[in-house]
Amino acid sequence: MPKRTDISSILVIGAGPIIIGQACEFDYSGTQAIKALKEEGYRVILVNSNPATIMTDPDMADATYIEPITPAIVAKIIEKERPDAVLPTMGGQTALNCALDLFNDGTLEKYGVTMIGANADAIDKAEDRQRFREAMDKIGLESARSGVAHSLDDAYAVLERTGLPAIIRPSFTLGGTGGGVAYNREEFETIVRSGLDASPTNEVLIEESLLGWKEYEMEVVRDRADNCIIICSIENVDPMGVHTGDSITVAPALTLTDKEYQIMRSASIAVLREIGVETGGSNVQFAVNPKDGRLIVIEMNPRVSRSSALASKATGFPIARVAAKLAVGYTLDEIMNEITGATPASFEPTIDYVVTKIPRFAFEKFKGAKAELTTAMKSVGEVMAIGRNFKESLQKALRGLETGLDGFNRVPELEGAGRDTITAALAKATPERLLVAAQAMREGFTVDEIHAITFYDKWFLRHIEEIIAEEAKVMQDGLPIDAAGMRRLKAMGFSDKRLATLAVRSVGVAGGLGETQARRSGLLHDALRAMAGATSEDEVRELRGKLGVHPVFKRIDSCAAEFEAITPYMYSTYEAPFFGEPEDEAMPSDRRKIVILGGGPNRIGQGIEFDYCCVHACFALSEAGYETIMINCNPETVSTDYDTSDRLYFEPLTAEDVLEILRVEQSKGELVGVIVQFGGQTPLKLAHALEKAGIPILGTSPDAIDLAEDRERFAALVEKLGLKQPANGIARSRDEAVAVANRIGYPVLTRPSYVLGGRAMEIVDSEQQLDDYIATAVQVSGDSPVLIDQYLRDAIECDVDVLCDGEQVVVAGVMQHIEEAGIHSGDSACTIPPYSLPGEIIEEMERQAEALAKGLGVRGLMNVQFAVKGDDVYLIEVNPRASRTVPFVAKAIGQPVAKIAARVMAGEKLADFPPFKRDLDYMAVKEAVFPFARFPGVDPVLSPEMKSTGEVMGIDRDYPTAFAKAQLGAGMKLPTEGTVFVSVKNSDKPHILPAVRRLIEQGFRIIATSGTQKYLADAGLAVEKVNKVAEGRPHIVDKIIDGEISLVFNTTEGWQSLKDSQSIRASALRAKVSIFTTAAASVAAAEAIATIRGSQLEVRSLQDYYS
Amino acid sequence: MADAAFSLAPKPEGATGVIVLSDGHVIWGKGFGAVGDAVGEVCFNTSMTGYQEVMTDPSYAGQIVTFTFPHIGNVGVNEEDIESKVDSAVGCVVREEVTPSSSFRALGEFGDWLAGKGRIGISGVDTRALTRRIRVSGAPNAVIAHDPKGDFDIPALLKKAQEWPGLEGMDLAKIVSRQIGEDWEGSTWTLGQGYGRSARDAGPHVVAIDYGAKDNIFRNLVKAGARVTVVPAQVTLEQVLALEPEGVFLSNGPGDPAATGKYAVPVIRGLLDRDVPIFGICLGHQMLALAAGAKTAKMFQGHRGANHPVKRLADNVVEITSMNHGFAVDNATLPENVEETHVSLFDGTNCGIAIKGNQAFGVQYHPEASPGPQDSFYLFEKFVGMMK
Repeated sequence: MPKRTDISSILVIGAGPIIIGQACEFDYSGTQAIKALKEEGYRVILVNSNPATIMTDPDMADATYIEPITPAIVAKIIEKERPDAVLPTMGGQTALNCALDLFNDGTLEKYGVTMIGANADAIDKAEDRQRFREAMDKIGLESARSGVAHSLDDAYAVLERTGLPAIIRPSFTLGGTGGGVAYNREEFETIVRSGLDASPTNEVLIEESLLGWKEYEMEVVRDRADNCIIICSIENVDPMGVHTGDSITVAPALTLTDKEYQIMRSASIAVLREIGVETGGSNVQFAVNPKDGRLIVIEMNPRVSRSSALASKATGFPIARVAAKLAVGYTLDEIMNEITGATPASFEPTIDYVVTKIPRFAFEKFKGAKAELTTAMKSVGEVMAIGRNFKESLQKALRGLETGLDGFNRVPELEGAGRDTITAALAKATPERLLVAAQAMREGFTVDEIHAITFYDKWFLRHIEEIIAEEAKVMQDGLPIDAAGMRRLKAMGFSDKRLATLAVRSVGVAGGLGETQARRSGLLHDALRAMAGATSEDEVRELRGKLGVHPVFKRIDSCAAEFEAITPYMYSTYEAPFFGEPEDEAMPSDRRKIVILGGGPNRIGQGIEFDYCCVHACFALSEAGYETIMINCNPETVSTDYDTSDRLYFEPLTAEDVLEILRVEQSKGELVGVIVQFGGQTPLKLAHALEKAGIPILGTSPDAIDLAEDRERFAALVEKLGLKQPANGIARSRDEAVAVANRIGYPVLTRPSYVLGGRAMEIVDSEQQLDDYIATAVQVSGDSPVLIDQYLRDAIECDVDVLCDGEQVVVAGVMQHIEEAGIHSGDSACTIPPYSLPGEIIEEMERQAEALAKGLGVRGLMNVQFAVKGDDVYLIEVNPRASRTVPFVAKAIGQPVAKIAARVMAGEKLADFPPFKRDLDYMAVKEAVFPFARFPGVDPVLSPEMKSTGEVMGIDRDYPTAFAKAQLGAGMKLPTEGTVFVSVKNSDKPHILPAVRRLIEQGFRIIATSGTQKYLADAGLAVEKVNKVAEGRPHIVDKIIDGEISLVFNTTEGWQSLKDSQSIRASALRAKVSIFTTAAASVAAAEAIATIRGSQLEVRSLQDYYS
Repeated sequence: MADAAFSLAPKPEGATGVIVLSDGHVIWGKGFGAVGDAVGEVCFNTSMTGYQEVMTDPSYAGQIVTFTFPHIGNVGVNEEDIESKVDSAVGCVVREEVTPSSSFRALGEFGDWLAGKGRIGISGVDTRALTRRIRVSGAPNAVIAHDPKGDFDIPALLKKAQEWPGLEGMDLAKIVSRQIGEDWEGSTWTLGQGYGRSARDAGPHVVAIDYGAKDNIFRNLVKAGARVTVVPAQVTLEQVLALEPEGVFLSNGPGDPAATGKYAVPVIRGLLDRDVPIFGICLGHQMLALAAGAKTAKMFQGHRGANHPVKRLADNVVEITSMNHGFAVDNATLPENVEETHVSLFDGTNCGIAIKGNQAFGVQYHPEASPGPQDSFYLFEKFVGMMK
């Protein structure tokens, strides 16, 4: 069937900010969908509040709305743009829910908008637990014994049927928020309550526990002629009980016979037909009893998902692209797979390698959160690795995670531990459980024993056992000195670094002085090296080089080499372990090429913003005529899409893996250079190894980047340029720290050196608190000193992003933070242009930024952070590389900042690009989005430690309106009536006063704790007093729980006050009451509330803003 | 490119298996399964599941199967996933060493099972390179050999590979076919219950000619409601008619359709003349086409996997099918009375025909699956439906 001609314009709904459970995979799918629809000549309208996405680039859709994804706002866009159709299946749960709301409230009907991809009934049938279950019964597929509950009483009735342990899943939530596994009645009650709470329909599904069963996912695509194909099967290594987003998974399924696989295949297709997903990609999840193969349908998602992104990258089948074409009426037989260029889209991918995905977590960022995995997703990113066997794939994934693993690193806490301790560790589902299993093997546990505790399939465990056995051999005998032996080890996925660690142990100098000696040069080292084969990563690489053991590159072609594929999408493998030369399919070109290193798995502090920059570098350099080569291992990203770069290597970002790729690429054509400055810390960490290997690095030199990170070198530059920094010092012991703090004067900002995202950073008010910090937060030693800064209380923080070509400097954006200095810049809201700074301060910051860019010899991007206190401008930090703010700046000013930077890095001059328009007649506000609701027990307060997972942008004519939109986009409800609770620290009281007055004028009732109440009442405001928690009941927390409060302003100072008020913030978070924890944001919120009460929010496209 | 992977290097230490291609290329590996040597044509299969079914599919007679998926043997072997008791593929080539299995259905290990069947396996081969080689230069004749001590007389093995006449023109069907007829019992497999049983006295009577059939075809016929009698490949028309068939099924099988067709085609023509309902699969489909006056040809690039899309021309529906063929009906040679019903969405080659004016049809692919998708079961129902 040809494409539909009854529609000509289509609204695509994006997924909004990056949150846990909904990350950049939806930018990847949305971008593919938009490209596919535009190719077909449709006018595409996009709404997405996330400025860090490629899909919101102004040249992607025809009309791009960076607006909050709420039914009211999207209705406005529909009213304005009058699309013929809406495609709701590309933006995750956010888009589905929004579209469903617009269907239910009649908006779609009113404006004659058709839903394509999935209709309202199909979405509802898939999402509504009861209807889904009935549908499964109808087609003869088993569901777990279960029941739906709308109250605690209902829930206990269901429990009679399911028994304990029971799984509780709230309806219509994302990534299982509010759900969990209950082992006893008390837990049951707690989880049911939180589930009912989390569900927008106050509904939970309670199910019999399938803990320990095997878990599978099938990615299915269906067209409107009812053709169905399976793109990929995915098997969870972690058995049932751990959310699939938090599970280690492999593709394809590895422990099913064909008969079982076909049952699952046919069942998946039956599910799509019954639910009524007309076109596009869906995901169906199954549990399988390992004892008898009994198969149970868990759930299905009638849309593209995180798993479909993984499946696309794993197989070379662009699901979102195909789904978009199917949504406009094509059938599978009419579409080609663009990746292979050889197979029709109807060809079910088959693969000849193994794919492993490992999630990445951020528990260390959330004090008080238990690092335990449940049915509610908590991971913030993932790594994917491809190998020719499970072992290679798994070990590549482990090192690609960048959590300090080189493979199956030892778990020191369990070395030599007793059986009970190890059993207990195995029994707990944690992010490290597979490493614990490996350690248990070292400690003498058998595969059967580990299986009995963990329910990991024995097939997986046996392969890990082989790895452990091989490690033991290397620790015994050192490295093999023949090519076959070395190749055999490498084919099992061992990294050079891991091999070095193991080899050193073979000469009996494990740890301590011996190991240090072994790595030093000299006679002893030479002797040890001769015995072990190698003592360091470099020496292992050297040894491999001598033996001629290098990886080969194989192509991802979706057909296991049955046909020739065209797109150079590659992975490395050491291939045949024993015999002969393996075949290499890299076929590097003879062009001038530039390699762009990506950012690896998403984490807090390094996410989609950096991928955005990498993608732009690919686009820009490709436009400039270079061959672009992307190396990355994050399956969620646009950078790893098949048409982002000319060549894609899906590989871990370690020195070893990258150098091997460069070796091949340098064998033909000219490697002009490598870009390491766009992917965050990940590629930067490789700069030294690349330089050492003689690889040209484009743009700002790694030395300049180092200089900016090195306190002492940087201080010298600052002094030379005559700039001012907050007083600071370095401490290598507790006593030094106290001395430095006393010299600077409290409060001070403390942090360990070399950090990303402000990890373990804290504001310290007293010596006692400093002691506490040093004792618990960091290990102070000669190798890892603590940095101590003067903390500029109440200063205004600013970010300035500039471009520099070594001669000319162009300011791209000056961002004024809303939260005061001291809150991590990634967690602060900010505005372009600055909303309150005087012109001369802005000019001064620009002047200083220019001096720094020239002083550092920047070629490319640079970000500077300043703190403004009174008339003084303090320099806080300089990052001569792409920073998190780049996409926001680019979207706010309407200029392709990252693209220009990439071309400057390749040698072009800024003078060759048109100048930026600086006087904007609108305001853009960036707001951060936090995952606090995922981590019960964590205090939802902002600090120098970055905690946000994503960001949104609000854009409008003035600051309060743009701020209001940013809040809405971030999921904060700004109430227009009700009671506001105010409790602020002394220094904030004068700041908060006008805001409270404003709210009273708007008809709000104000309650406050005693100090704040007195201050406000003294200023003549009608404010009622409410008890602090310590003052007896009923207190403020009671009122929040009872739903009396619609907004909270709560700021604190010092340790004690923070602790005392934690229950206020925690209860507000649970009750979904909007809370502002800084005075500046509270003031902005009051203004925003007044604005939205006065007028309706309007929508305007980026293209319109920029014209 | 492909050549780089296969050198004439001396035997590497520890090699206990070898494949010697007739062009002189030697591929070393680690032997498993039976000890000895065997000659055959090296082909590949891209299915990610169902290795036991593939190794017992008589269509692979005379062939050495290269599995493109690296892990083979992971779910062991059982007594149910067997497609035929007759000799089939002579050996297999796998990437990874076979490790102990994990499946509640497993009754033994793949390597032991191969050994018990006298079949040779070799692991540690760059199977992707081998597959690419086959894709580029066609399926080579070769000897596969396994010796635990690693003693191989390469020149002798090479000679054997070179002297083997190859599959073209070879009538393997008569070798792998049952030599005596059989009243078939047994229906398809269900989880927890295994294979179903059929009541022999019920349903229309189908005489199934076994050219090297997969048992799952007969099971599917039974499931569709037929009573099945299986007869050998070289059955005569009179013998078939004596069984009073309400329909005749022509099975899949190995080798060159032209060779088997010498005796099979006259039988099929006789059946067409009498308008007996006929259904042919794979080799059976090709011989039905020959009987109707079309020609078959060896394909440059065969189709071998469980993921091939086929378009049903009547309503443009896509069926995902299991395929394993190196010969095809040449759709340029279809006579007037033959209608093309299915084509490959990959290369447009013929995948199904119907004989106009007759109740006869055939498909090139494997609706019986095993291994592979079960999208096309309707064909069995269609066939049995013709007889009701």
